[in-house]
Amino acid sequence: MPKVTFLRPNGDAIAVDVGDGTSVMQAAVAHGVTEIVAECGGTLACATCHVYVAEEHIDRLPPVSDDEQEMLDFTAAPRETGSRLSCQLPLGPDLDGIVVRCPETQY
Amino acid sequence: MGSSTVVVIGAGQAGCQIASSLREEGFTGRIVLVGAEAHLPYQRPPLSKGHLTGKASRDALWLRPASWFEEQSIEMRTSTRVTHLDTGDRRVLLQNGEALTYDDLVLATGARNRRLRLEGADLEGVLSLRTLDEADEVKARLEQAARVVVVGGGFIGLEVAATAVRLGKHATVVEVADQIMGRVLSGHTAAFLLRAHRARGLEIELTTMVSRIAGVAGRVAAVDTTDGRRFPADLVLVGVGANPNVELAEQAGIELDDGIVVDELLRTSAPHVYAVGDCACAPNPFAGGRRMRLESVQNATAQGRRLAATLAGRPEPFSSVPWFWSDQADIKLQIAGLTTGHTEVVVKGDANSERFSAYCFSQKRLLGVESVNRPADHMAARRLLSGSTSLSPQDVRRDNFDIKRASTGSAPVAP
Repeated sequence: MPKVTFLRPNGDAIAVDVGDGTSVMQAAVAHGVTEIVAECGGTLACATCHVYVAEEHIDRLPPVSDDEQEMLDFTAAPRETGSRLSCQLPLGPDLDGIVVRCPETQY
Repeated sequence: MGSSTVVVIGAGQAGCQIASSLREEGFTGRIVLVGAEAHLPYQRPPLSKGHLTGKASRDALWLRPASWFEEQSIEMRTSTRVTHLDTGDRRVLLQNGEALTYDDLVLATGARNRRLRLEGADLEGVLSLRTLDEADEVKARLEQAARVVVVGGGFIGLEVAATAVRLGKHATVVEVADQIMGRVLSGHTAAFLLRAHRARGLEIELTTMVSRIAGVAGRVAAVDTTDGRRFPADLVLVGVGANPNVELAEQAGIELDDGIVVDELLRTSAPHVYAVGDCACAPNPFAGGRRMRLESVQNATAQGRRLAATLAGRPEPFSSVPWFWSDQADIKLQIAGLTTGHTEVVVKGDANSERFSAYCFSQKRLLGVESVNRPADHMAARRLLSGSTSLSPQDVRRDNFDIKRASTGSAPVAP
């Protein structure tokens, strides 16, 4: 089972194991990481599941689609290198052990 | 604050949000969240989409994990109805006989689907879709069905009908008005959606009124319309709108209009009683301050967050750009703002390519933007509507108009 670690704004780290194919967003919601809001439930309609992927893991990520690319310009917290919408990151062997930082706000 | 009690009636999106946001705001008192359904709070939008095809997993529906309620000291009462509200003694009675005394009470009672008052409306196979249990039934019956008739061409009806087509069913939508989604969409976007659905194999009958639902041995067999036609069906989905759940408020003598009337701080006419979400009729700055009821995730969560802040000592008027989305077949429809009453529509993009945005104006003022497969336009429109930048139809008509640039205000649109 792939593992993902969430770094919360308060400094806490939460590591969770989830089933293959679960998105990073779903992993957060299922484990009460409420900094990931995901208001639209993962349909790429709201940009409230923004995360910063740790630099050393960026090259393992799936490519950014055109729609995600555009939506990333509308996140509430500043867009940085490593900014992704976590609903677009399905967990599997490729992303096992990924570490993502949650932004201060999603609104 | 540590010793006070907030009771929230209704454990949908709005109720769950306020409980969650109260803790995030630092509220340390008692929170009781009372829900009539047997389930923990869940997302409703996927129920008429991915849930029906099995594409969305059931585990992904829950708004919070079961363990979260205990961790946050939120007392979650499922399968529990509230039978009485006494605003004088600040007390609610639960159906199990328990009485809860509150310092503040939040009504997040939601809405329920309207039923057809027609012969045959109670036949087996005539379904409605709002709750998870109802969605499970629609899903199970859809698997067996060959012919589906949807009564009502609104959000839920079209989502379910488009899903049925995707699953290879013969599906027909019967709509009484002369356009689909007539209450919420411009004529341009509604006409596009009509063509797009028909091109994908969905039959849509406009200006057609159902007269009765015919059955055989207690099971649905067909939908009859007033023009004398008959549409055979082994599953009928009724999606003709919803009414707010106001009985508890009404019994307590709280002011009602379309829903439970609240002011800009989401306060009802009774002291220490508030209302949020689908059941609340609140003044909306994006409708010129007119009081209205909105049925949407955005409205439920934004009001929940706002009221939590108010109860935690940071009162501010509710003001949040309304937005809506609907995924129908492979079409992503998003609406920013409230476009009701628009008199002018400027379309950017090409309807034939199925990617465009329709800008809706009244008196040269932008009311809202409907976007089809243009999520970035939608986000920019929300940003634009939340700010003070005004946009005229002439601005939008310009060839080099760029809503993203207009929304940041960093580079004014060239004259």
